[in-house]
Amino acid sequence: MSQTWLVVTLVGAGTIAIKAIGPVLLGGRPLPEGLSRVIELLAPALLGALVAVQTFGNGQALAVDERVLGVAVAAIAIWRKAPLLLVVILATVTTALARALL
Amino acid sequence: MARADRDVGDDVRGLGAVRVGLGAPRRRDDRRGGDGGAAPERAVRADRDLGGAVPDRILWSRLVHAQLVVDESWAIAAEGEGRFSRSMLLGAGVVLYVSWVAGTAIGALVGSGIGDPATFGLDAAFAALFLGLLVPLARDRRHVAAALLGAAIALALTPFAPAGVPIIAAGAACLIGLKR
Repeated sequence: MSQTWLVVTLVGAGTIAIKAIGPVLLGGRPLPEGLSRVIELLAPALLGALVAVQTFGNGQALAVDERVLGVAVAAIAIWRKAPLLLVVILATVTTALARALL
Repeated sequence: MARADRDVGDDVRGLGAVRVGLGAPRRRDDRRGGDGGAAPERAVRADRDLGGAVPDRILWSRLVHAQLVVDESWAIAAEGEGRFSRSMLLGAGVVLYVSWVAGTAIGALVGSGIGDPATFGLDAAFAALFLGLLVPLARDRRHVAAALLGAAIALALTPFAPAGVPIIAAGAACLIGLKR
């Protein structure tokens, strides 16, 4: 047990250090103009990747399964300007129903 | 001293802003709009005046904020044009941290009684959440292109790279911003 806690503590400290290093060393200064043009696109790039992997990723493999239906329903709900919580619930219920029925 | 007071005030309002932000439609314009009550509106205005363009000069404050950056808090705090709302980041980060830890504790205690979470379609929840965060950010062709390129990079690398690496690599898609 103590070894487990040692690992948890070390990994936790490492995570805190890695997360802090950028803002602590480089923060407090405005970004150069060119860099903010790139960083502006970081959010859509990463979110696009997350959507793709969460929808089609299955460990190391790619799979098309009931999640696609759930995400499709979510997309329609977003298009219809539904609140985010409703979007997530609709996707979850759709996927669960598809698994139960199909 | 005045600086510290302002930060605390921002933090408190940030929590209110996030609560409204999560309940309201995810459109940027709505979040800025008047139907969210006075406090979040003030927080957004304060951010535009103080945060965002003005960098945070207090070291320990940057250290704390850095710890609260996760996918969701970061996406909610994004205001576009490379700017971020600091109080949104703080509020969302704290709410996420508390619910994440509480959820993990509940899962550890009673999770084995639930069975396979996939039965409830919970594996689609994150995809839907990230899509909901992405759509308001995809404002013009460059943003849409970055999202599609990021998705393509991540899917292409998934069979070959360990989990997590495809997402990090997909961040390279933002380099299309270098093109005029």
